[in-house]
Amino acid sequence: MSIVGTIERINGSLILAKFDEKPKIGDLIEVGNLKLMGEIVRLSGETAYVQCYEVTSGLRPGEPVVDTGHPLVAELGPGIMGAIVDGVQRSQTELWNLTGPFVSRGTNIVPLNREKVWSFEAKVKAGDKVVGGDIIGTVQETLSFEHRVMIPPDQSGTIKSIKSGDFTVEEVVGELETADGIVPLRMMQTWPVRMGRPTKERLPLVQPLMTGQRVIDTFFPCAKGGAAAIPGGFGTGKTVTLQQIAKWSDADVIILIGCGERGNEMADVVAHFPELEDPRSGRRLIQRTVIIANVSNMPVSAREASIYMGVTLGEYYRDMGYDVAIIADSTSRWAEALRDISGRLEEIPAEAGFPAYLSDRIAQIYERAGRVVTLGEGRRIGSVTLMGAVSPPGGDFSEPVTTHTLRYIGTFWALDTELAYRRHFPAINWLRSFTRYMDVASRWWSQLDSGWEDIRARALRLLEEASEIEETARIIGEKALPDEQRLVLQMAEMLREGFLVQNAFHEVDTYCEAEKQVALLKVFIDFYDEVEPLIRQGVPIERIREMGVVTELLRLKEKPGTEPIDEARDLLKVQADEVAEEYEVTER
Amino acid sequence: MTVEQAGLVYKTTSEIRGPILMVEGIRGVSYDELVRIRRPSGEEVTGSVLDVSRDWAMVQCFGDTSGMDLNVTIKFTGETLKIPMSPELIGRVFSGSFEPLDGMPRPLSTDLRDVNGGTINPAARDVPSEFIQTGISAIDGMNSLVRGQKLPIFSESGLPHNMLAAQIARQATIPGSEEDFAIVFGAMGIKHEEAAYFREEFEKTGALSKSVMILNLADDPPIERIVTPKIAQTIAEYLAFDLGMHVLVILTDMTNYAEALRAISIAREEIPTRKGYPGYLYSDLATIYERAGRITGKSGSVTLMPILSMPAGDITHPVPDLTGYITEGQLILQRELSLRGIYPPMNPLPSLSRLMKDGIGAETTREDHSDVANQLYMAYAEGARARGLVRIVGVVGLSERERTWLEFADRFENEFVKQGPYENRSVEQTLEIAWDLLSILPEEDLIRVREAYINKYHPAHKSES
Ligand SMILES: Nc1ncnc2c1ncn2[C@@H]1O[C@H](COP(=O)(O)OP(=O)(O)OP(=O)(O)O)[C@@H](O)[C@H]1O
Ligand SMILES: [Mg+2]
Repeated sequence: MSIVGTIERINGSLILAKFDEKPKIGDLIEVGNLKLMGEIVRLSGETAYVQCYEVTSGLRPGEPVVDTGHPLVAELGPGIMGAIVDGVQRSQTELWNLTGPFVSRGTNIVPLNREKVWSFEAKVKAGDKVVGGDIIGTVQETLSFEHRVMIPPDQSGTIKSIKSGDFTVEEVVGELETADGIVPLRMMQTWPVRMGRPTKERLPLVQPLMTGQRVIDTFFPCAKGGAAAIPGGFGTGKTVTLQQIAKWSDADVIILIGCGERGNEMADVVAHFPELEDPRSGRRLIQRTVIIANVSNMPVSAREASIYMGVTLGEYYRDMGYDVAIIADSTSRWAEALRDISGRLEEIPAEAGFPAYLSDRIAQIYERAGRVVTLGEGRRIGSVTLMGAVSPPGGDFSEPVTTHTLRYIGTFWALDTELAYRRHFPAINWLRSFTRYMDVASRWWSQLDSGWEDIRARALRLLEEASEIEETARIIGEKALPDEQRLVLQMAEMLREGFLVQNAFHEVDTYCEAEKQVALLKVFIDFYDEVEPLIRQGVPIERIREMGVVTELLRLKEKPGTEPIDEARDLLKVQADEVAEEYEVTER
Repeated sequence: MTVEQAGLVYKTTSEIRGPILMVEGIRGVSYDELVRIRRPSGEEVTGSVLDVSRDWAMVQCFGDTSGMDLNVTIKFTGETLKIPMSPELIGRVFSGSFEPLDGMPRPLSTDLRDVNGGTINPAARDVPSEFIQTGISAIDGMNSLVRGQKLPIFSESGLPHNMLAAQIARQATIPGSEEDFAIVFGAMGIKHEEAAYFREEFEKTGALSKSVMILNLADDPPIERIVTPKIAQTIAEYLAFDLGMHVLVILTDMTNYAEALRAISIAREEIPTRKGYPGYLYSDLATIYERAGRITGKSGSVTLMPILSMPAGDITHPVPDLTGYITEGQLILQRELSLRGIYPPMNPLPSLSRLMKDGIGAETTREDHSDVANQLYMAYAEGARARGLVRIVGVVGLSERERTWLEFADRFENEFVKQGPYENRSVEQTLEIAWDLLSILPEEDLIRVREAYINKYHPAHKSES
């Protein structure tokens, strides 16, 4: 029997209702004659406060409310991958087919398609003992993605029967004999989105998430299982950078949460991902991507739910043993949704109108990142990496969402408006950004190239030194500086243009493999080592600038592979020798 | 405004607080429904329900409440605010709350549309990608507009944003296509002369016969501005997605709209965030701006150009700031450039068009367009830096290279950005000017342009071949 009641008051997305019995907080509610979707966010005496996920125009006090008896859950099973859903997991494509191009209200469609037939291949047999998390079979969910069907976390027992074959997500593929009797096994399970899925053990992070973006991989990497934030004013490149990561990172699964941002950006992903290929596997990017689109003009309350939905889907794939990258754009809009609901509940605001529990909620979300041993027999390892955009008002990082986020993340990509203005993209400021995963990255990179740590440190030092020299140059002019310092300025300029700047829309430059990243950085340091002695011995900086190899170096990033880099190094040697000869430099 | 309906009538207003009325003892009122508020004198204004319980409703009034007493008659219409749609709207002029201003009768139609519109399903959106040539180099060359984009102009009082918007409306074409834009013009709190200026401009070019004007002027009730942009967008959506037209919507001044929203929020005693604006300003603006776009399977489009003034020229003020977070870029006008006699006084550096990349290139404009724009940005940024340096160390303190950047910046402003309000440059002309300017720089410094394009388009090489 479901608990029913009536609407007492409507204040925007917040509905006050009275139920005939006591409902539970977090319960999903059908609101009004239109059966809109909502969730109980507070109980106070007789009154239940329901946050409605859909537009409430036209609702009247006195209309019915029905408690579904369960919280907002994610439906987990084959059919998630490649989909575009809203914050409460309704397929946008299906809604479009059903109700046309404008979002309609009260259209309740189930998240996972019930008709679609999947080819299930059993991986256990009758008599096998299984526990929660064990893989009982697989389904080829997309051309290249294997979906692993697991025993739900809270079940265990002996497989009584199981069969391979074609099934829908609801059909019974087998039976499990548990202590409480026999339960059917299906490909679909559900999980409440606001609760993290259990794991056996948290593990230290050991691998960087490689993104093919030079400034990230080389200077400020994030670890698989880590958390990163990318704050910046409007137009500084949060979305493009995160989409680059969605495209090129070496995660197995990407969950892209468009949380209160632009509709066209979602449409852009839907249009382009199916055309793009993963540089490593050659498979289509859309085959490993789930898109959650709760854009800015969709109801604010569903925006709040969308992040939890995304993280839950991510954890489910992690539990199969995959590396999952979850991207949330923008966590500030999620926080604003929180503020909106809090304001309607007339809670006492803390900083900038945000509720006092903002920090806890941010922590709860980032806590769900990690590298873990999953439930189930053996040591299956999976990870969830969480990356969130932050959109600070006025681009000012001292506001609450940015400052609280900073406490819970390991990598901070600070975007810089000045860099964005001169179209230095990604506009990640190399002096303000940081990573706490350096040891993880160093170990990985050093296996690729033992000199990596050294050249990275030298490059960073040159950049830092240059910014100090620039302070002076701003007062006395660059011309008045000694040539050694002007060389440092030139090096920084070359590193900026030739290494840090990476054009997301250039066919080659959009992705830079690790081997090329090291080789490229190395050749710039080699350049410095070749010309610095020349400068010291009196060769004027202008002559160094005239060396043809400078332009060559700056253009290397546009050329595929590392071969052109080796050629440039040869050219560098030749030209340095020429200059040395010209100025009769002997000590080098 | 809507077909008269038998509604519920009350005379039980218990409180009037700014634009907000509390009505007691009501029954069966729905959230967001349209309300008619009639003074004893017979004068009527409209409003809508902001908050409703079983026996009271909070109503926001779209008109003037000054001098109003509790003795008003409140009629709940049972409907949300809807306006009638028909092709006859084209060529008409209405007030900010949709009363005819052109002496013609109210439009009649049974096709009523909710002014709040719907939300375009993101999966049904078609990514805007058709390049619009505005004939203005600073836009076409570096911040290209595409059909279905929302691109605001951030300005300050006294700057020629109206002239620029009118020039865009006049000159905008899709190269190689004959179709013109229909224009929906929504004014919120602008001066009579400004509205008259637009009207004359549209008249001169014949655009008036393809336009709809919704005017709330400076002396009209400020709270009415809360519905003006929604009416404009509702009409635009109808023209675009029902009649298949390409519509350019100009909304000016969005800062006045936001102020009306703030007034209501303050009257409701909501917790303010920055500068007294409500926390939902972002989402509220999004419901207006996001109505622009294209829809898969529909031939029309809504291109949106809001104009807003940055109070005290402050781009971090909540209205421009939140607008920038929603729109697909921004065009920024600056007083400094205007004082130097540059029209349009548009600073390309903080300006941006996010959809430019989809609209330009070999198929639509030219293969080198993107690289050239990128290089111009970098060179102008360097020039601006050099200019800053000159103030401290003088021109003599500059290196040779810095002097070249400086020369570039000066010429760039005067030859590329600056142009006449009636000067209509083709995109080829714009790119030619760009190349002329880039050729001041040493070729080694043109690293944002692919070598192949340098060889093909650089004046030095062009004359060789
Ligand atoms: N790596 C890149 N390569 C080339 N262009 C870039 C890159 N990153 C950003 N851009 C440019 O900057 C523009 C703005 O970037 P983006 O949309 O990612 O900003 P944002 O920080 O997400 O802004 P908002 O907060 O308003 O959403 C892009 O449209 C693109 O033109
Ligand atoms: Mg963005």
